[in-house]
Amino acid sequence: MKAGRREFLKSALGVAAATVLRPVPAAAQGAAPRVVVVGGGFAGASCARALRTADPRIAVTLVEANATFTACPLSNAVIGGLRELSAQQFTYERLAADGVALARTTATAVDAPARSVTLADGARLPYDRLVLAPGIDIRWGALPGYDEAAAGHMPHAWHAGEQTVLLRRQLEAMPDGGLVVIAAPANPFRCPPGPYERASLIAHYLKTRKPRSKLLVLDAKDAFSKQRLFLSAWSELYPGLLEWVPLSKGGNVTSVEPATRTLVTDFGRHQAAVANVIPPQKAGRIAEAAGVADRSGWCPIDPVTFESRLQARVHVIGDAAIAGAMPKSAFAANAQAKTCAAAVARLLTGATPSAPKLINTCYSLVAPDYGISVAGVYQPSGGQLAEVPGAGGVSPPGAPRATRAAEAALAESWFRTITAEVFG
Amino acid sequence: MRRHLAAAIGCASIATAALAWAEPPAGAAACSGCHAASPRVATSVPRLAGRDRADIVTAMQEFRSGTRAATVMDRIARGFTDQEILAIAAWYASQR
Repeated sequence: MKAGRREFLKSALGVAAATVLRPVPAAAQGAAPRVVVVGGGFAGASCARALRTADPRIAVTLVEANATFTACPLSNAVIGGLRELSAQQFTYERLAADGVALARTTATAVDAPARSVTLADGARLPYDRLVLAPGIDIRWGALPGYDEAAAGHMPHAWHAGEQTVLLRRQLEAMPDGGLVVIAAPANPFRCPPGPYERASLIAHYLKTRKPRSKLLVLDAKDAFSKQRLFLSAWSELYPGLLEWVPLSKGGNVTSVEPATRTLVTDFGRHQAAVANVIPPQKAGRIAEAAGVADRSGWCPIDPVTFESRLQARVHVIGDAAIAGAMPKSAFAANAQAKTCAAAVARLLTGATPSAPKLINTCYSLVAPDYGISVAGVYQPSGGQLAEVPGAGGVSPPGAPRATRAAEAALAESWFRTITAEVFG
Repeated sequence: MRRHLAAAIGCASIATAALAWAEPPAGAAACSGCHAASPRVATSVPRLAGRDRADIVTAMQEFRSGTRAATVMDRIARGFTDQEILAIAAWYASQR
């Protein structure tokens, strides 16, 4: 199996050298069409697999440097001591078994006119269609004082993995009575309800283990996802423990001082025992190198095919894409990936992709037995993905605790289901 | 020349047929985010593959009108027309 994959990659790279100067659409030659997918998260791994299902003749290569994927959804439960990081980790073995060729390396450049991806070792991988699913990168320095070294003192934990564990360890090491501060960014960013789920589960940890402590959420916004539900649950579950400071009340963090874990706002300074800085973000690095990111740092796309508005034959899915009303969530990434795969499969045979309809459903845990959700249905409208009017919305306010418990259980079911589809 | 063209058309129609057979209708692909494709996943959310077409249609219509108890499906069903529901139900009924 392993040798087979290596052989495939070697021959794919050989083809690259031969065709890089004057690419001819493989489908037109009768050869297998080639699709390269960059990034093995929920978007990229879903798309690679869906392409093989849509049309097994497509030669799919997934470029991903990590052997193990660490999922962000439910990683706030790891931070809150409710779950282990190993429950978040998945491998690519089943993708390989489905015939996806794995290139365990990084894509460093894209030559869109020549239709090839340059890998870290300089090799070129040719494609007929390219799918970029690079997720997010941190905008280091956008928040003064917050650079890569600062993340070692004030973890962002917005990529799951070491950062997740670091934040958990800091909370465990903190004495009872400490001040925990979360800095939440302005829109857009990965997982809109994420900072507030995290605040909830850290508050749950403090309430059960270190009840004299306090949690402050300093927010660069005045409104956030599922706000009414979170605020009402916080006043019920964590009164006096969790305080949310919106932009209009001085919540915007203007700089940080990592050595002393100090967060500076226009209204004062907060020295934290544990500081979680969720910084401003942009599309993953390859997006900029490929020329598919606009001045916002994110990637404009066609809402039917997810093809870049800036580069032909390059598609962008998941958190990196500007997907209109769709949030940057794992559910959305997976739904976009399947839509994009169907469109790419059609485009490779000269057929016209049909207008899609997409769904998003995001669960957040406010406590282990208290879940809330937001859902939406989306379709192309006016060149964007727009919400279908009348559909979607959040869990009902004032619902009984049995409903909240049911949604907490559904959150875990969702995680098992989607990770089984993508990696299982 | 003519032979090439005929071959090309042959390829195209086979390709289109193959795709049309497998491709889910609008909206259907997103369902498996919550409704597991594999029977091995531990979840209370029902699988849709192989389910009776009429059952799916009835469920979606009742979720949409609010006559069936729901956590999230009422909010999702309101985003789909009768025609879309029929197509999705038929596609899932044909899956194994």
